[in-house]
Amino acid sequence: MKVELVEIKKYFGPVRANDGVSMTVEPGTIHGLLGENGAGKTTLMKCLSGYLHPDGGKILIDGRPVAFASPAEAIGHGIGMLHQDPLDFPQMRVLDNFLLAFDDRLMPDRREGLRLLRELGRRFHFDLDPDAEVGRLTVGERQQLEILRLLALGARVIILDEPTTGISAPQKAQLFETLRLLAEEEGRSVIFVSHKLEEVETLCDRVTVLRQGKVAGEAEKPFSVDRLVEMMFGRSLPPPTRPPVPLGPPVLEVEDLTVASYRLAVEGASLEVRAGEVIGLAGLEGSGQRLFMRACAGLERVTAGRIVVDGRDLTGAPYRRFLEAGVAYLPAGRLEEGLIPGLTLTEHFALVEREGPFLIDWKAAREQALERIRHYNIVGRPETTVEALSGGNQQRVLLALLPHGLRLLLLEHPTRGLDVESANWVWQQLLARREEGTAILFISADLDELLERADRIVVFFAGRMMEPLVAEQTTVEQLGYLIGGKTTKTQRARRFSL
Amino acid sequence: MEIEFLVQTLSSLVAAASPVVLASIGETISEKSGVINLSLDGSIALSAMTGFAVAFTTGSVWLGMLAAMAVGALMALVVAFASITLRLEQVAVGFVLAMLGLELADFLGNPFVRKPGPSVPHWPIPYLSEVPILGPILFDQNLVVYLSFLAVVVTWWWIYKTQPGLKLQGVGERPESAFARGVNVNRLRYIYTVVGGALVGLAGASYSLSIKLGWSHRHTFGIGWIALAIVIFGGWDPWRVAAGSYLFGLLKALGSILQRNPAFANVPTQIFSSAPFALMIFALLLISSEGVDRLLALLPPRVARRIDRAIRGRPPGGLGRPFVQE
Repeated sequence: MKVELVEIKKYFGPVRANDGVSMTVEPGTIHGLLGENGAGKTTLMKCLSGYLHPDGGKILIDGRPVAFASPAEAIGHGIGMLHQDPLDFPQMRVLDNFLLAFDDRLMPDRREGLRLLRELGRRFHFDLDPDAEVGRLTVGERQQLEILRLLALGARVIILDEPTTGISAPQKAQLFETLRLLAEEEGRSVIFVSHKLEEVETLCDRVTVLRQGKVAGEAEKPFSVDRLVEMMFGRSLPPPTRPPVPLGPPVLEVEDLTVASYRLAVEGASLEVRAGEVIGLAGLEGSGQRLFMRACAGLERVTAGRIVVDGRDLTGAPYRRFLEAGVAYLPAGRLEEGLIPGLTLTEHFALVEREGPFLIDWKAAREQALERIRHYNIVGRPETTVEALSGGNQQRVLLALLPHGLRLLLLEHPTRGLDVESANWVWQQLLARREEGTAILFISADLDELLERADRIVVFFAGRMMEPLVAEQTTVEQLGYLIGGKTTKTQRARRFSL
Repeated sequence: MEIEFLVQTLSSLVAAASPVVLASIGETISEKSGVINLSLDGSIALSAMTGFAVAFTTGSVWLGMLAAMAVGALMALVVAFASITLRLEQVAVGFVLAMLGLELADFLGNPFVRKPGPSVPHWPIPYLSEVPILGPILFDQNLVVYLSFLAVVVTWWWIYKTQPGLKLQGVGERPESAFARGVNVNRLRYIYTVVGGALVGLAGASYSLSIKLGWSHRHTFGIGWIALAIVIFGGWDPWRVAAGSYLFGLLKALGSILQRNPAFANVPTQIFSSAPFALMIFALLLISSEGVDRLLALLPPRVARRIDRAIRGRPPGGLGRPFVQE
């Protein structure tokens, strides 16, 4: 099935999200759609899959014009989209998710559904438990379920929006293998939306690059990375720099810590972090790294061990005491836990002003907000509410809200969903804080980020915390192995000699 | 003698619990679709009054029941229109309607206060009612009680066994995902809110035409609020919601038994009539408390997860959230 988008236009108020975008996807190919955050990739794909109605332009399938009133109509024409956050039902079981709205019969045929799910799963080596609750699956498994569902509904064109955010390295490899199988052997078309250059480079046959709602260029395999970068950003980017900082005294000492939820326990974890040091916490989602980090922020109940911040024993102390000791925690859920949807930027900045007078001086608060918006390069006005900002700008606001002179900064996925430029900017800000003697602990699923930004890396597997690795002496492969629960030979040898 | 007394008590308990069962099942249906119908208490009062008034005037119990269901459905329709179409705050709209319904029932029901009127005829089911013990408890009742049984079973079957039921779950759980699959989210929400409201109306009718015959000031005292709590207590699952309703009935029955005991003669009667409400809230607190988490942590994870799922239901993910297509 050949899909042509001709001069697609989609406006949101004054914002031209898509301003005359054309692209052609040939059958049997993997077509990349590349662009930085806010370039209009998702909007374009939502137009193609029936979620949005374009304000102008045409969609042609095998040369015939079509218009979709809803996603259901699009899938009826063989076009299915897998969203960045899979549109499934977390509290329901896998099989029910698969069967929901599958057909119009009164009684869903569970046996037939199960057979179909198993058969498709076998073809792509997806091992999904039909009785498992979807909310307990990893993001990667939820994607697999959605892919199977779209295929079962007869999708000939599958759109994947940033599918590699939040999935593990082996799941990513498996996903890529599946996509190749779909395109090369089954003749389906795959549209792969991403802001990650390496992924597009390894996977795609053709790529369309979007910049500010317009097509910045197209390219065929083999790609020139420099050329793609230039198309994406309009200029080439300098490689990340990392000025060395002398390490100070220890600011965080964790001794033999045990924290537990009833799903998972982290036992006997010990770590010493010195001022100016950057520690990366690695591991599959739910391996204990988040539990450990939240314990260091004073947000989890500690059952054994000690947490010492700046020489003060804070074990069991309330979160407020951690804050006073100069600990800050930036959660992954920017809008859910970090910011307050509905409040404006000015209100956010006024809110963190703890020593302020009883009555807020709104004029001064607005001035201050403007100041920080300039300094942190936030695309927004003091009156903008935070939920109206893009992910990258929300992260900038969170950084702008952090007080200075912190002792310990804890970050969950600091650059998740950000494009290269925004991610570089975020790390520049973070690394600059080391000079004030701030130690940084961050969780990331991006192996390159861990190796590039951290001094030492701590891998978690099934609640077990492993010996810290020196980032400079570690390779991507080693790290990948450890995250998957396998130890390399040298590591084993070292453990036995202890 | 002892057994006879027990059977009699349980039989009246099952009958007395039927309005609560009907109302909480109705509310379960509407909340499963994502709409909180907080007007329950007013809705029950108004439909109880209407049901009795219509039955009294026409002499037909059945017309009374239908009228009551229509009133419940109408109240629910107002909630649906305000929350789905106008996207107003569901809780605020429901609360105002609850107050309004109560006052309106009082005002309009004045001519019918303490008048003797018709009641739903007793209707033992042949053969089944003769089964020892269970027969007289479950099948020697009236139609409203049987309807309350049926409501539980059919609702459970519909939600968990049928394709429309899957869609209902989906609409309440995550409307965006349901929309992506071609489900008309807002239409289904309208339908289920109104159907749930009709059951609430039937609950009102069962009050004035079967349990506590007639109409009087504050006739259905507080039953709507307790039904709302039971839906949460029952974790939005029809069987557990029914169990919660009977538990509440049991607490009330125990209250009146204890009250008759000479040993408690100088305890004020208000204690016995209000204790079930307090106990229900206490039970809710207990289930959602952190202490249960700590107990579960001692068990093997598989067992803990199963128990957690059995005693605690999570609200539908899209509960109270209007759906707007991009």
